[in-house]
Amino acid sequence: MKPLAADRSESAFEDGKPAYTATQAAAEANRCLYCYDAPCIKACPTAIDIPTFIRKIGTGNLRGSAKTIFDSNILGMSCARVCPVEVLCVGDCVYNHMGVPPIQIGRLQRYATDAAFDKGWPLYEAGPDSGKSVGLVGGGPASLAAAHRLRMLGHAVTIYESRPTLGGLNTTGVAPYKMPAARSMDEVEWILSIGGIEVQTGVSVPADLSWAELERRHDALFIGIGLGPDSRLGAEGEQLSGVQGAVEWIEEMKLGLVDLSTVRRALVIGGGNTAIDAVRELRGLGVPDVRLVYRGQEEAMSGYRHEWLAARKEGVSAHWGTQPVAFRGEGRVQAVRCLKLDADKRPIPGSEHELEADLVLLAIGQGKLASLVQDLVGVGVSGGRIQADSRGATGRLGVYAGGDCVNGGKEVVNAAAMGRDAALAIHEYLSLGA
Amino acid sequence: MADLTTTCAGITSPNPFWLASAPPTNSGEQVHRAFDAGWGGAVWKTLGQPIQNVSSRFGAIGYRGTPGVGFNNIELITDRPLEANFREIAEVKKRWPKHAVIASLMVETREEWKEIIARSEDAGADGIELNFGCPHGMCERGMGSAVGQEPKVNERITGWAKEFARVPVLVKLTPNVGDIVPHGMAAQRGGADGVSLINTIKSIIGVDLDRLVPNPRVGERSSNGGYCGAAVRPIALHMTAALARHPDFRIPISGIGGITNWRDAAEFLALGASSVQVCTEVMLRGYRIVGDMIEGLNTYMDERGFQTLDDLIGKAVPAYSDWGDLDLNYEIVAKIDANTCIGCQLCMVACHDGAHQCIHPSPNAEVRVPVVDEAECVGCNLCQIVCPVQGCITMEQVDNGHGPASWNQHVEEGAVLRAKKGSHG
Repeated sequence: MKPLAADRSESAFEDGKPAYTATQAAAEANRCLYCYDAPCIKACPTAIDIPTFIRKIGTGNLRGSAKTIFDSNILGMSCARVCPVEVLCVGDCVYNHMGVPPIQIGRLQRYATDAAFDKGWPLYEAGPDSGKSVGLVGGGPASLAAAHRLRMLGHAVTIYESRPTLGGLNTTGVAPYKMPAARSMDEVEWILSIGGIEVQTGVSVPADLSWAELERRHDALFIGIGLGPDSRLGAEGEQLSGVQGAVEWIEEMKLGLVDLSTVRRALVIGGGNTAIDAVRELRGLGVPDVRLVYRGQEEAMSGYRHEWLAARKEGVSAHWGTQPVAFRGEGRVQAVRCLKLDADKRPIPGSEHELEADLVLLAIGQGKLASLVQDLVGVGVSGGRIQADSRGATGRLGVYAGGDCVNGGKEVVNAAAMGRDAALAIHEYLSLGA
Repeated sequence: MADLTTTCAGITSPNPFWLASAPPTNSGEQVHRAFDAGWGGAVWKTLGQPIQNVSSRFGAIGYRGTPGVGFNNIELITDRPLEANFREIAEVKKRWPKHAVIASLMVETREEWKEIIARSEDAGADGIELNFGCPHGMCERGMGSAVGQEPKVNERITGWAKEFARVPVLVKLTPNVGDIVPHGMAAQRGGADGVSLINTIKSIIGVDLDRLVPNPRVGERSSNGGYCGAAVRPIALHMTAALARHPDFRIPISGIGGITNWRDAAEFLALGASSVQVCTEVMLRGYRIVGDMIEGLNTYMDERGFQTLDDLIGKAVPAYSDWGDLDLNYEIVAKIDANTCIGCQLCMVACHDGAHQCIHPSPNAEVRVPVVDEAECVGCNLCQIVCPVQGCITMEQVDNGHGPASWNQHVEEGAVLRAKKGSHG
């Protein structure tokens, strides 16, 4: 794996939710009611036993607390930072029904998992060698979760990743005020510390390594290839410099330096979470005028409400009901030609207008990579997503899949759950097949 | 406004809130500030031959993040010269003639008692309190609880004090006995004007798990100390009530033990105390807490139509009964208010694991409000105790068609008892 560049634009950001001190963690932990059959557990895709890990913080059993978290979710450290807890565990805290601030579960989880990283507690060891081998294609959260669980069960694992680093969007895509790339690399290192996870970076499947060869090498495969490049509008002038995919730009900003010195006004096209991350990041890096351009109305945004409110607070404005139709500029983009849309997203005649911009990021979704698996006869694909059952099994014996390539793009915690569950299913398959 | 004027064992004060003999009453400068804050009386830090103290001296336990729920100390009596203490008592009395200043005393011989009582009275003390309670240090030297645990010694020394004293004499009792009544009676036989209780409970507050030495740590050792603070209040309330209800016990009680606020104080008064003494909560929060104690007690008394403390003192004593006289046919069941229930299900797990398995999940999996099986609910209160929402779980009486019947009535008169509940067949 390649180390991260020393200079990265993301370094300009401070922690959005700073780490708890021991005193703060104890105070918050002791507030937890320790609900029975708690709603927060049900709200967590990995079903972490939240009341138990919080109680252990309260009693000073920090190591046990971290173990409780990691037992359900080996990516518990990054999830503590990047999970939209407001709509998951914290959103379901019973205190919400009492008019009392809900328990800050994410911050407590960060406290316990950070401690495990900092102290280097060896919480897991690989299981006795099963003699079986699993290949994992893609090195993001789903594959990492699967790989760790497979090692616990004694299987040999190899991760094949086309990028130079592991961690997937945790490394390349997470908003830096939630987690910098360096912390994702710490997590990768921590997961790999179980030992025996072979990593091959810079390997694209099937271009560099065929599925047939992978199936020859391994007893089972897990596909966690995520999503493809940013979607394009297909509008006139889209090739101009200064018009770029948002995911691609975020990756550049996180892993290296982006030059915003000449950018006075930036537009981000889209209404999802990537769009909101991009506007907040542009503002955070000092772009004076940052605007969201979304074809729907504010209440129809797919991005989280709390994230958009934060963006607005930071000075981001928006053009609702606005559809870009062309980009104008000479070499570099200068303006975006737009139409206003009515409530049914139909163009309003005579509404054509221009919005000036010297940077435009497209956050209208990502392409799907399912075409990469077309040689794997039996693996179903629908709407660009790989078809898998609830435990990750595809239609091809011994081939499993999980993460964004299956669910179309959800949270890290969803990928972690899918990877873990697929590992358990693979283990059953390998054990039965023995 | 109710009249909070207090007379306890012949000692008067503007209100029933006295500082107990302890660090908050160690010096005149402190007691001046305490009276400024509103305290009605102060029992001076115990006077005797000045001692040498250890470092450290205090320990405490917390519970779920609340520090100081229980507290203990291995501090001894005053370590200041007697002359300074008596001079300051005189200064305090001069400035605060209507406030109660009581000298707590602990010496050994009859002659020493005679001398120190005389000096206390000369300084202007309104009363004296015999410290027969300290469960650490002084008892190893034959004083404190070593006296309080022996009714005959208690009675004899109380008799000496009454022989020498012109001001009222309170005897401070130790709770480190099996039954408080013989000890209260011994003080009464000795002629005491009243008793103060409880002193601290013999305790080890905890262990330093890194060093494996008990707390509070003095170098690499520790010693048992005296336990106090909010956690001891139920023990103190019982001992207060045990004396107050005893038909032969007739002298006043100054209640002590875990009083933190007006409500705690009112409970002691209702169980028979005619003044209360506070230490730990002042150590943890300062003299200023007395403002709320005065105001809260006043408001409570006004709301209840109590005009003087006599309207409250002892009013809960008649309801303190032997178990055998409780009505076994009285029946209550838990009701959960679905509108305020937050779905934490603490009542359910408590009932299942710690009570009688009569609170169950809703049959509708979407609903987190548990359901009470009233046919099995024994009315134990556990669900209400664990519920974090005020007023959400209420215990409501049900008419089971049976008239009152106690165990004693059942045994002696064959009174009919209702069918048992909660045994699940």
